[in-house]
Amino acid sequence: MADPAPAPRPLLEIRDLVTEFPAEGGWVHAVDGVSFEIAAKATLGVVGESGCGKSVTALSIMRLIAPPGRTSSGTVTYAGEDLLALRPAAMRAIRGNRIAMIFQEPMTSLNPVFTVGDQVGEAVRLHQGKSRRAARELAVEMFRLVGIPSPEARIDAYPHQLSGGMRQRVMIAMALVCKPDLLIADEPTTALDVTIQAQILELLRKLQRELGMSILLITHDLGVVAETCDEVVVMYAGRIVERASTEALFAGPRHPYTAGLLRSVPSYGEAGGEHARLREIRGMVPSLSELPAGCKFYERCATREALPADGQQRCKAEEPRLEQRGASWVRCHYPIASPGEGA
Amino acid sequence: MPEHTEPGPAAQAERGPAPEAEVLVSVRGVSKHFATKLAWPGRAAAELDGAAGGVPGGRVGFGGRLWRSVSRRSAMVQAVTEVDLEIRRGETLGLVGESGCGKSTLGRTILRLLAPTAGRIVFDQTELTGMSERALRPLRRRMQLIFQDPYASLNPRMTIGAAIAEPLVIHHLAATARERSDRVDELLETVGLRPDAARRYPHEFSGGQRQRIGIARALACKPQFIVCDEPISALDVSIQAQIVNLLEDLQAAERLTYLFISHDLKIVQHICDRIAVMYLGRIVELADKATLYRAPSHPYTQALLSAVPRIDARDRVGRILLGGDVPSPIDPPAGCAFHPRCPVKDKPAACSTEVPRLRVLRNGACAACHVAE
Repeated sequence: MADPAPAPRPLLEIRDLVTEFPAEGGWVHAVDGVSFEIAAKATLGVVGESGCGKSVTALSIMRLIAPPGRTSSGTVTYAGEDLLALRPAAMRAIRGNRIAMIFQEPMTSLNPVFTVGDQVGEAVRLHQGKSRRAARELAVEMFRLVGIPSPEARIDAYPHQLSGGMRQRVMIAMALVCKPDLLIADEPTTALDVTIQAQILELLRKLQRELGMSILLITHDLGVVAETCDEVVVMYAGRIVERASTEALFAGPRHPYTAGLLRSVPSYGEAGGEHARLREIRGMVPSLSELPAGCKFYERCATREALPADGQQRCKAEEPRLEQRGASWVRCHYPIASPGEGA
Repeated sequence: MPEHTEPGPAAQAERGPAPEAEVLVSVRGVSKHFATKLAWPGRAAAELDGAAGGVPGGRVGFGGRLWRSVSRRSAMVQAVTEVDLEIRRGETLGLVGESGCGKSTLGRTILRLLAPTAGRIVFDQTELTGMSERALRPLRRRMQLIFQDPYASLNPRMTIGAAIAEPLVIHHLAATARERSDRVDELLETVGLRPDAARRYPHEFSGGQRQRIGIARALACKPQFIVCDEPISALDVSIQAQIVNLLEDLQAAERLTYLFISHDLKIVQHICDRIAVMYLGRIVELADKATLYRAPSHPYTQALLSAVPRIDARDRVGRILLGGDVPSPIDPPAGCAFHPRCPVKDKPAACSTEVPRLRVLRNGACAACHVAE
């Protein structure tokens, strides 16, 4: 399994996670053998397109997979314990307390019939047994921290009275009120406008510095990853296809899928605007119930034509394993050469 | 040339040395206001309070503005206010801005899917404003709309073939069933779908395929002008490029004119020739692509363009972080609607008292700003 490196223990360690859902003709694996770890105070980005398993991974860590879906194997080690083996009560003591989560759409994750102050205070009353009054004071403090103007007044507002950006700040305040070790943020800015997104990302960076927490950031926006994360995991069809430091990934993507994603975004700003055709990734994500036998990306892969016939045959028949290549981990038989490697 | 002979408003940025292209759609002083229900003002007031720093000591949502709005009974949402715009034949005009800025409302008003509260819309030398529904119908064939969420715009109980054939039936564009089904096959091929798609239902397709279906339907009656309302926002990154390429291929093949509404500033830079930036119902800047992205003039455009997350760290210098939220269009700030969030220091008094008009600047761009030069 893991190599016996004497590095500091990661905050959270996920090994061979498999989460599956029933479908016509059997179970489909939405997450299939995912392993990664998050160091203390680090930010790990998980990128991929819809259906690639990034949100299911997050929900599996939190043990929030709704039946009949289930996490059928793997371990999620936090503070020396496997979260997947914990009793429900022990898990509840961690969820929302030591590990907190924010979701993409704040309107559907906030309860419309309670004030936002009640909802933020609920976590500390539940987890830390604080009084109503103390919880309220803490909520005001959190509102101030996340940059909500006039927090003493705002705390009595109902979710519908707040704008999208303010609601997302409430969600962040709610997640952070117990000062968690790990914040899982699932597309925290996707529903927001760019100027508000810039505010929220700046806020997350600032809070991370101040509170010293780790962040697992799930997003489809490579720009957001580049700006926020130390390390990146790229997922495709329930698997990790590439994993590298942010710097290495953007300097030289090794997996054809990562390279395709980066290429399909038009250049922007002063460098952009030349009217070349966009370089699309052909085809579409395969259905999880009809995954091909070999490499799951084979049908869409842009580098496969350059391969000799036996190489193509190999890609088609044999699924590559996630292996270390230089500074990156890549799931590809013929990864793209890294810029520094030369050969 | 279109009929208006009065000196055109500032909204006419020259595009290089090329002669002024023919104007297909001309929008003059168009406003669209909606009356709201009582439920609205409370929320809007709360948002406004946020932007204005809150009501001292008061409970949220119970500031003075709420009561004023309620006592007014129905407040007016000023979704679009006094917009002047020209769309030239064969170009792609981008319309960008944040949610709620009125860009979709403007798009729909131009198509006369919404009747403007004020102003004139001229399409290919025919004035649409004041026209009856019956008189509009033949023109509707020539103006189409592509939606953000193609799933919501396709009838789930209609086969794809029937959905694409519907405009052909309505506009009597196919004499026989045979002709109709041939045309459907042709359209499916144009947008890159197999002919057997015609017999299937919307739920059998992915988001990208559904958007192709939406495009095929818009193309069915050979339009000249298409309003693309966030056509790729709901799609995955790898699929977005496919749809953008398709839209560009179609434009070249059919000489289409696009109004491309989007909040994705990267895609807009890629696909558009000229770009109009909206803020709270008004156009605040209008310029050709190169000028806008090289040197945005309006402080809002500057902040908007700089807020886009960048892969290269060197591109992130000079980011302008705006404070606060977009104010409510029910009661927009006096003067320049952007002035409460505007980062410009030592603003002239006019900013908070006088609405700036769109005017031509030295670099050829048009901006509605008292400060921009």
